[in-house]
Formats: sequence, structure tokens, C-alpha cells
Amino acid sequence: MATAAAQQTAGTQAYGAGEGTVDTAAYERAFDAAVAADERIEPRDWMPDAYRATLVRQIAQHAHSEIIGMQPEANWITRAPSLRRKAILMAKVQDEAGHGLYLYSAAETLGTGRDELLDKLHTGRQKYSSIFNYPTLTWADVGAIGWLVDGAAITNQVPLCRCSYGPYARAMVRICKEESFHQRQGYELLLALSRGTPEQHAMAQDAVDRWWWPSLMMFGPPDDESAHSAQSMAWKIKRHSNDELRQRFVDICVPQAESLGLTLPDPDLRWNEERGHHDFGPIDWSEFWAVLKGDGPCNEQRITQRRQAHDEGAWVREAAAAYAAKHSAPAPRAHETGAAHA
Amino acid sequence: MVLSHRLGEWAGHAPVLEEEVALANIALDLLGQARILLSMVGDEDELAYLREERAFRNLQLVEQPNGDFAHTIVRQLYFSTYQHLLYARLATADGPFAPLAAKAVKEVAYHRDHAEQWTLRLGDGTEVSHERTQHACEALWRFTGEMFRPVEGLDVDADELQAAWLKSVSSILDRATLTVPEGPRSGAWAAGAGRQGLHTEPFGRMLAEMQHLHRSHPGASW
Repeated sequence: MATAAAQQTAGTQAYGAGEGTVDTAAYERAFDAAVAADERIEPRDWMPDAYRATLVRQIAQHAHSEIIGMQPEANWITRAPSLRRKAILMAKVQDEAGHGLYLYSAAETLGTGRDELLDKLHTGRQKYSSIFNYPTLTWADVGAIGWLVDGAAITNQVPLCRCSYGPYARAMVRICKEESFHQRQGYELLLALSRGTPEQHAMAQDAVDRWWWPSLMMFGPPDDESAHSAQSMAWKIKRHSNDELRQRFVDICVPQAESLGLTLPDPDLRWNEERGHHDFGPIDWSEFWAVLKGDGPCNEQRITQRRQAHDEGAWVREAAAAYAAKHSAPAPRAHETGAAHA
Repeated sequence: MVLSHRLGEWAGHAPVLEEEVALANIALDLLGQARILLSMVGDEDELAYLREERAFRNLQLVEQPNGDFAHTIVRQLYFSTYQHLLYARLATADGPFAPLAAKAVKEVAYHRDHAEQWTLRLGDGTEVSHERTQHACEALWRFTGEMFRPVEGLDVDADELQAAWLKSVSSILDRATLTVPEGPRSGAWAAGAGRQGLHTEPFGRMLAEMQHLHRSHPGASW
């Protein structure tokens, strides 16, 4: 917790209960008070086990998404149609690896390790964002990912900059800055295509048609089916409901699509004067659950490539460890060497 | 540009996340240098995407496929050592490349350091890593001679450059417990072949992939 006062209160109450016993209830009260007061929880602070577990799950899943998310875009690095676009795409994929590193570090402050988290990813015990199980079939997909997928991520993540857990909130501040940059680049890529030749325009429209619905699914299941939502909102890990954020995203995208000169593939999409929001058509949740369960177009491919990179890199990591062990071994003490030679 | 492309192929495949960042970083630096160089001659995209294999003047060394991580690192060690020495010399000269070299020499110093640190770790790591790295040193050795063929318009003493390169690389390989390869340092066809537009077989396939989209939409802008 941010304030010394809160910590001291917790400490006094907890240990005051009697020698050798810990009054968890006092810790809990101090924790709840800190969350209620919008204070940041820090790694050394006491926190409920379930709060810790939820954060590990969420941050790890977020880190995994950055790492797996490199694949659909890296798929186009070698085919980028201009050197400028190639440089932008390389920089973006590099940023994503960097985001993964920030997030694994944030997760590690909760007492877990990167190796352990990666192992859980590789064995399917932890998930990553379902969006990355869709294939990038044309160059325009790179733009659609930037505009829609990064756009949805930002809508989701900006509120996380105020998340109750300090290390996560601080990682999100840095990540969101870079993500908004990527989002604008994606938009600009699509704009160039949309205003280009008829073939390029069609390529852009096709990409938006394929990525629109999966992007809406990024906000997670509807509020009444979201398992973790209520608790996460009470803990101020989450600030808005899935449906609220999804609506915000749709409202942002509609005018952007218009200025791009592209349409969104939803016949039910229209402005609702009464609500002050856009109404939109039903999401195919059966597809969402299928992809989440592993039956998306690229689930198998993504995880296989990730595992392969890890397994084929094992000898490199072992070499680095062996070298470090050899070269950081403490020098033998003088009397020991003396004794050996005596 | 060609080496940058090869490093770009690593994205999503690196042995540790830190290397995803490092390899992409180096690739970006090299692409930046290439764009400046190409722009000094003409339109960068026209030169990159519309020339055929025989019109490319890159060294055969940089077009070699990535192979395993040791292969990539040794290719990087050989090339960045050369680039570092070359740019340091060009930066202090008066030629047209001085401004580019002055900027690039700082980037290349980092690339060289990265390759050196990994060569030490792989060479002096485990038995497996030592063996793989030694193999890479030998496999790529034959492509190193062409770096020191005199190039028209490039005012550097090629022999002096070569001596400095050999000294630097040998000292790193020694420290990495690796044996400096013996044998001729000339690649397919002859030393200097890449500079004459004579390339190795994997290069054509690389260009096919790189140029495909651009060539499919003649005249389009991106």
C-alpha cells in the first residue's frame, strides 16, 4: 500500500492479536481500505491470495498475448511492400517483445517466474488473447490489426493504467503510449490502401471485414457470462465492464471507418439517438468459445511455433548459463590456493 | 538491406525474448543505413523491389540463410566487425559516406559488441554450443574474403582493413575457445562475386519473397 499509515495499522492489528498468531482479518481490512482509497498496492504489501492469483493470471495472459501476437504480424515482415513499411513493422514487433518483457517482470513481482509462466503457456494451462488465432492473409491485415486489434487493446488497457496493483499500472502507462502509436500507424496503412488502387482498396475492405468481429470479441464475454468481472471490479483491477468497453470501442470505430472510406461488416450497425450510442448486431459467441477452447484457425500453429522457438533455443540458454557459471565463479581465496600448492 | 531482411526472419523465433528485441533492433539499424545508402543513389523502393538478383551488389556473406543461432551470430560477428572498422575509417575521411558512417558507426559498435558477447557465450558455453559455433565459423569463413576486395569509389586501404579484421576476429574467437578457421576465404565463384552480382542460390528465393507483393501491384504506393 502506498501509505505508511495503512501498513502500520495492518501491522499493529495483525501482530497485536497475540504472539505467533497473525490476524488475517486486520490485513484484509487494511487492504480493502487501501483499495477503497485508490491507493496502489505494491509487491511487498499484504494482499489476498485470490487477488494475487487473479493478477498473475491476468498479467501472464497479457504478456503471453504480446509474445504470441508477434507471430501474425511477423508473418509479413519479409513481404512488406516498401522499406518504410518494413521498418515500421519491425519496430512494432520489437515493441511487442518489449511489452512482453515488462509484463513478465510485473508478474514476477507477484512471486512467480518467467520460466514458469512460459511453461504454462506452452502447455496450454494459461491462455493468450483469442484474436491472435486468426491468420494474416494479406498485407492489409497488418493495417487492420493496428487499427482494430490495437485499438481494442488500447480501449481495454487505458483504464488499467489506474489499476490497483502498482507494477501492472505502471507497465500499462508505458505500453499504452506505444500501442496508440501502433494504432495510428495501422490506421495510416489502411488509409494508404483505401486511397490507393482499386485492388488495394478491396484488400483493405476485405481485411476489415475479417477482423471486425474478432476485434469486438477481444473485450471478452458479455457481462452476464464473465466469470471474473465482479471481483476484479471490486478490487479495482478492472474499471469498466466488458460490454461498456465494447460499446465505447464501437462508438470510436464508426467515424474512423467513415473517414477511412471503408465499411464495417454489420448490417445492424446504426446510431441510436436515444442511447447516444451505436447499436450493433449480435456477436457469434459460439465462434468465440470455439477459438478460446483451441479450435480457432491458428491455435495449433501459434503454440507450436512458440514451443519450437523455445525448445530450439534451449541449447543457447544453456550455453549462456554455463558461460555465466564459469565466469562468475568466485576466485579461490589466497589461503585455499596456498593450501593446494603446499 | 539483405542482412536486415535475414534478421527480420528471426522475429517470433528467437531463443529468448531479449534476443527478439536485440535482433529486431539490429535489423532496424541496418535497414535504416540501407535506406540512406539507397536514397543516395535513387528511389529506395525501386532499388530494393524492382532489381533482379544479378543487379544486387551485396556481399554473399549477408545473404546466407540464418541457420541456427550460432550461424546467425557468427555471420553477425564477421560482418559487424568489418562494418565497424570500415565505418570508423569512412567517418574520418572526407568522402560522400562520411555523414552516414559517422551515424552508423555508433550503431555498428553495438552490433559488434552483441555478436562478440554471444560468440563468447556460445564458444565457451557448453560442448554442444561450442561445436555448433565452431561449425558456423568454418561454414561462413569462405564468404569473408570478398569484404576486402577493393570497391570502386570507396577510399579505404583494403589490405589494412583486412589485417585489422583478422586481428579483431581472431582475438574474439580465441577468447571464445574457438579455432580460427583455415583455408581460402573466397565464396561461390570467387572472392568479390557478390559485388559483381554473382550470388548464392538462397538469395533468389529470398528476393522472390521480399519483392512479391510490391511487384504484384505495379505503380501502387504503400
